[in-house]
Amino acid sequence: MSRASFVRLAVVAGFLLLLELLTRTGAIDNLVLIPPSEMVTQLWSMFRSGALDAAMAESFSNIALAFLLSVTFGFTAGLVIHALPRLRRLADPLLASYYAVPFFVFYPLLIAIFGLNRWPLVAIGFAFGAAAMVIATLNGLDRVPRVLRKVARVHRLGRGEEIFLIILPAASPHLFTGLKLALAYSFIGVLAGEFILSGGGLGYSIAYAYDAFDNQTMYALMFFVLALAVLLNAGLHLWEQRLLRRRRRA
Amino acid sequence: MAASAEEEKPKAEGGARARPGSAALHAQLKGIAKSYPAAEGHGLVHALGPLDLDLYAGEFMAVVGPSGCGKTTLLETIAGLTAPSAGTVAFEGREVKGRVPEGVGVVFQEDACLPWLSVWDNIAFGLRRAGAAAEDIRARVDYAVSFMGLGSFAGTYPAQLSGGMRQRVCIARTLVLEPRLILLDEPFGALDQQTRLLMGDELLRLWRETKATILLITHAIDEAVMLADRVGVMSARPGRFIELVETGWPQARDSRIVEEEAFGRLAAHVWSKLRGESMKALGREDDGGAGGRP
Amino acid sequence: MSTAVAGERQWLRRALDAAMMLVLLVIAWQALYAAVGEVAITSPLGTVVKLAALLHSPAFWRNVSASATALAVSVVIASAAGVAAGLALGFHRFSGIVAEPILTALYTLPKVTLYPLVLLIFGLGISAKIAFGVMHGVIPVILFTMSAVRNIEPVHLKTARVLKLTAVQTAATILAPAVVPEIFTGLRVGFALTLLGVIIGEMFASQRGLGFLIINSMNTHDVPTMMAVIMLLIVFAVIVSSTLLALDRRLHRLG
Repeated sequence: MSRASFVRLAVVAGFLLLLELLTRTGAIDNLVLIPPSEMVTQLWSMFRSGALDAAMAESFSNIALAFLLSVTFGFTAGLVIHALPRLRRLADPLLASYYAVPFFVFYPLLIAIFGLNRWPLVAIGFAFGAAAMVIATLNGLDRVPRVLRKVARVHRLGRGEEIFLIILPAASPHLFTGLKLALAYSFIGVLAGEFILSGGGLGYSIAYAYDAFDNQTMYALMFFVLALAVLLNAGLHLWEQRLLRRRRRA
Repeated sequence: MAASAEEEKPKAEGGARARPGSAALHAQLKGIAKSYPAAEGHGLVHALGPLDLDLYAGEFMAVVGPSGCGKTTLLETIAGLTAPSAGTVAFEGREVKGRVPEGVGVVFQEDACLPWLSVWDNIAFGLRRAGAAAEDIRARVDYAVSFMGLGSFAGTYPAQLSGGMRQRVCIARTLVLEPRLILLDEPFGALDQQTRLLMGDELLRLWRETKATILLITHAIDEAVMLADRVGVMSARPGRFIELVETGWPQARDSRIVEEEAFGRLAAHVWSKLRGESMKALGREDDGGAGGRP
Repeated sequence: MSTAVAGERQWLRRALDAAMMLVLLVIAWQALYAAVGEVAITSPLGTVVKLAALLHSPAFWRNVSASATALAVSVVIASAAGVAAGLALGFHRFSGIVAEPILTALYTLPKVTLYPLVLLIFGLGISAKIAFGVMHGVIPVILFTMSAVRNIEPVHLKTARVLKLTAVQTAATILAPAVVPEIFTGLRVGFALTLLGVIIGEMFASQRGLGFLIINSMNTHDVPTMMAVIMLLIVFAVIVSSTLLALDRRLHRLG
């Protein structure tokens, strides 16, 4: 383990220990924050009792749906926009300002249209994630070296072969970045939506526990969501490193 | 600027070897010219030609010229990668139009290795697309790997190799398809002098083994004169052939040919033709160039 | 493009493209309205009319000022703290290396899940909203600033030493121009996220502000108000971000 990794681990562990200390001794009121160890034990017992199952199923399915829609739509749209320069000129300013718009404000509107079910949530997750995938796809396609397209022609590849055998593999590092972002954004979008206004899911459970002054449940769930986000992103990051290790200059 | 022509003035010392003219015509360019619109929309940039060129089967031809004279455009026109604005290209009797003909191999100036494939898979790439049988592929790729001296690197990835090795991979990838015409666009441009000389030897060895026709684009005069049967000297933009110089070398040659007297004279002759054109090209660049590339 | 004419043409083209995009969006909106009906959404024209009416109402302006104040304070704090932290982490290499993965992880966390904690600490007032905004906006500012500092070319620093510039002169003439473009990009991204944080905070737990208005009008089935406020926010965000983007581009060209 490198020195930096060690220090990093120490910082995080130290921070958690500090929290533990402060909350246990009462320096931080338990009405505000409970000790991390209690969060973990509470979470564990909730797992065991199956209390989380329904919420998890709902959130995860919404996230998965938003993610899949983002990725397929984003990738296809990216391909199409890349192929049509006129469309690209229209789309570029839109994409550049996309994340400046607080899309969340559309959430109540989506509820008004679809009702209080999973579709507004999936739509918000999709709205967040799809643009990242489009942008990443465009970047990846832009950066395919021109010489590789010539190689495709020298080998007399058909259009389909050129796309699957040369262009996609060449663009894959960027496409993978798009996947990572789409997942992170779908995750954030769905959970934030559930939190603000919904009838189920992990986000909703957190908000419900907050309203019910149930700190134990609330913090257990918050810990769960945060740990999940960290693990997901770290996992994807490591996978990306492995996939792309061979392509890095030595 | 001399008129474009096929004037072959035998410049070799002693008896010239059998004229390529007695061999079959492998590729032929007639009246080739290439222009494209200038960046600000003001008129056309004449990049190349009009020029004619006859390539004879089995010969090793080199083309030298000042930068910007259209050498790469010439190569890409022969390969079918670029359509000429005027004129025709024929390969093995058939017109080249829009597609790269079967039997033509190209080695590019830039690194064209596929970074997600190992050396072995890179080389096998074209063969697999052509639908050859698995044992056939294995045999031919293994042969190309050892022929190009890549034996201990077969499993590595291009990112871990030096520039010279990567070019060898690209050459092997072209080789394995047994092309009858091999076009190389400044393949050794990024390499140091010693490596270039050795790679030149390899190219000659390859030529003798495959009996393919070779067209090599290079900016290095010594490389051209050392390797080729004929050297085409191009003018500054728009590139046309000022002269086609015959070297008269025997087929069984290698880089030690630079020790011959004839080599010095030929190289000097080529440079004398090229010097004026190079200055023209440089002068033009000082004026800010003639517009953007397409 | 170097010529003035070309620059003008490009600006004109961009403006036309933006206008075309706007027209397409309005058409899509109208079509959606035709499909879904008055119950769910309001037509473009109806929304504009409602917004005009709202702008005359003092109650509306109280909400606007609540959001605006929270936003302004959050942006100032997030920018200042972010740049300061980013500079420190950028110049002190090791700390930067240690911190970066942690910051990146924080960046991708659904920070909304931390809102209850913030509310428990700050209570239900404007300070909580400011905290939300800062939480969201500070991280990109730090990351971009760090990156800007790391990208300072060593040769520029050597040149400064050779020219015997003082620390202040070096900072002003060499360091600042080098880092300002990227820091500005960070501030631009930070602004968008700060806005998002404040609005979401208002939507979840507030009795005042534009975010609150949106949720409230949804609950009272006041669709026109909801849409009018949404439109106002979107227009505001787009105008500010386009301006910042244009400035960003200008800075990067100069730098």
